[in-house]
Amino acid sequence: MKSIEELKAIKAKMADKVAVRSSTGDTRIVVGMATCGIAAGARPVLNAFVEGVTAAGLVDTVTVTQTGCIGICQYEPVVEVYEKDKEKVTYVKMTADRAKEVIEKHIKGGEVVTEYTIGAAKI
Amino acid sequence: MIRSHVLVCGGTGCTSSGSQAILAKLAEELKAKGLEDEIKLVQTGCFGLCALGPIMIVYPEGTFYSQVTPEDVPEIVEEHLLKGRLVDRLVYSDTGDTKKEEDIAPSLNDTTFYKKQKRVALRNCGVINPENIEEYIARDGYFALAKVLEEMTPDDVIKVINDSGLRGRGGGGFPTGRKWSFAKASVSDKKYVVCNADEGDPGAFMDRSVLEGDPHALIEAMAIAAYAIGADEGWVYVRAEYPIAVKRLQMAIDQAREYGLLGTNIFGTGFNFDLHIRLGAGAFVCGEETALLTSIEGNRGEPRTRPPFPAVKGLWGKPTIVNNVETYANIAQIILNGAEWFNSMGTETSKGTKVFALGGKITNTGLVEIPMGTTLREVVEEIGGGVPNGKKFKAAQTGGPSGGCIPASLIDTPIDYDNLIKIGSMMGSGGLIVMDEDSCMVDIAKFFLEFTVDESCGKCAPCRIGTVRLLEILNKITDGNGEMEDLDKLEELANYIKSASLCGLGQTAPNPVISTLRYFRDEYIAHIVDKKCPAGVCKKLLSYEIIADKCKGCTLCSRVCPAGAITGKVKEAHVIDKTKCVKCGACIEKCKFGAIIKK
Repeated sequence: MKSIEELKAIKAKMADKVAVRSSTGDTRIVVGMATCGIAAGARPVLNAFVEGVTAAGLVDTVTVTQTGCIGICQYEPVVEVYEKDKEKVTYVKMTADRAKEVIEKHIKGGEVVTEYTIGAAKI
Repeated sequence: MIRSHVLVCGGTGCTSSGSQAILAKLAEELKAKGLEDEIKLVQTGCFGLCALGPIMIVYPEGTFYSQVTPEDVPEIVEEHLLKGRLVDRLVYSDTGDTKKEEDIAPSLNDTTFYKKQKRVALRNCGVINPENIEEYIARDGYFALAKVLEEMTPDDVIKVINDSGLRGRGGGGFPTGRKWSFAKASVSDKKYVVCNADEGDPGAFMDRSVLEGDPHALIEAMAIAAYAIGADEGWVYVRAEYPIAVKRLQMAIDQAREYGLLGTNIFGTGFNFDLHIRLGAGAFVCGEETALLTSIEGNRGEPRTRPPFPAVKGLWGKPTIVNNVETYANIAQIILNGAEWFNSMGTETSKGTKVFALGGKITNTGLVEIPMGTTLREVVEEIGGGVPNGKKFKAAQTGGPSGGCIPASLIDTPIDYDNLIKIGSMMGSGGLIVMDEDSCMVDIAKFFLEFTVDESCGKCAPCRIGTVRLLEILNKITDGNGEMEDLDKLEELANYIKSASLCGLGQTAPNPVISTLRYFRDEYIAHIVDKKCPAGVCKKLLSYEIIADKCKGCTLCSRVCPAGAITGKVKEAHVIDKTKCVKCGACIEKCKFGAIIKK
């Protein structure tokens, strides 16, 4: 180790890898991963969120986790976003591409992507 | 892409309850389910809740599973890791009730056991993989060393440590900054820093946990200390009985060398420092600093007179500082966060936090770190979960064989160095053994004294002979042959040993006797005058009897008695022949009618 810069580089490289253990969880992205969700393709959605959050450097405050069946199996994959002091947003029929969009617009930009929410879905 | 981390405790406690088998099974199941690229398995150091091991935590939820078996692993993988459903029956809960909340998993930090704790020395234990230096660096590891080397003079470092109010965590509580300034002031061509990891108090295991869970914290702190006093070489004296700790420390030293954090020209500043491990054979006296240094030098572990103190004349006659593992574990945090941050915690004279090993008659056996000044009641009743089986708290013993007992009447005492001394105990290294109404205080004093009699190195007469004489008097009392004047003899002898012994071992050895005499004199008197042991522990003072009215003559007791001391006909009251009775208690356990009593 010849300089503090080297040390900082290692820390930066590792930051995302351990932050998941100390995330504040101010924002939680919960992906429905029951049998119905998995069958409908929740796994790539989950992975897209994990990658997106990490790439955006938001691991300190945003946690991505799974949950069981919410009960609206026909709308799977379902993703719910909980933000501190805000109302829960429920996205339905998610895909990996839609996940990327939600990260860009909602998680980073603070704008709910209304067209993918359960309210916009035609029942 | 990793989305979840599964942490499994690899400390000594959980390893002995089978955590290695769980790790292996987890790896196998993750592979079978194709989750290896999504879930990361991490072996960590001790989480602290050893009674409930093996322990597993799943992040990002922070779900805390306890008493996991390899058979539970497939269910955890299938339900939690694949489908996101908690395995409720394994989730730890304070109440033993595992009803889950709607979405938020019961997290580790929400449990009563952790809520009151403040983790400084143990901050990385149970959080990082101790075998990976980069995980330590990710948690600001070695940044304190970088800061010290690049921005601070040795005097700056000593000033920060002095201002923080940090005192030695190994027992005596000597101000760490002052110790360092003495060593810095000593002029010499060679100086040493030494770590005392010869944790010898029965029941204390915080040093082991730091070594196992966060070995780099020790290495970084020793390098900082070396810079402060002007040393370039360090020794860690650790017991050979701690194989996992020794292995991880050696691994950490090797990694630190590889990364250039030990060796020459560290951070390009021209500062050199390297570290060696010396294994101790487990002699209690080697926890005494001068005996420890003698042992590192390759000689028989015997103390030498002080002064000269090690800061003037230590290892191989050179100025040396000896600090305990837990003391070092605080150093990097103080450097990074500042003296004010550290001295905002704790009491007037005792700053920061202290780790305690909770043991004895307490629900949550394990390791807890609390701010100084937390009351004994909070530790025992809240964090520790109270005394099990509805028994009453009688006393807590702190400081191991050098300490004393704190009676129930003083349970609201805020724990710090000076308060403990005031009430006749001491901090020691932080063992805290809880006793309930079934513990005999004379027997407890005897237990600790037997330990010091065994461990006295024999160099000075007050300790070598005095402690044996003390033990003889105690044995006389528990055998029922005591006289009232024995109590005066005990006190007189105890004071002689304290004032005349060469080192800390002898100077503190009589403490268990003195403190039990102070707070539980009535129990000594009961043994001497009434020839009774109120707690029903001292065998020679017990007698077993059958209450004829309650005995149904079922013959169970006579069949289970190993000494053939119980006789009687079927359906008639039985009798115990006291001359034959060996007082094993087997008959009491068997009797369904409560007809046998112990007096």
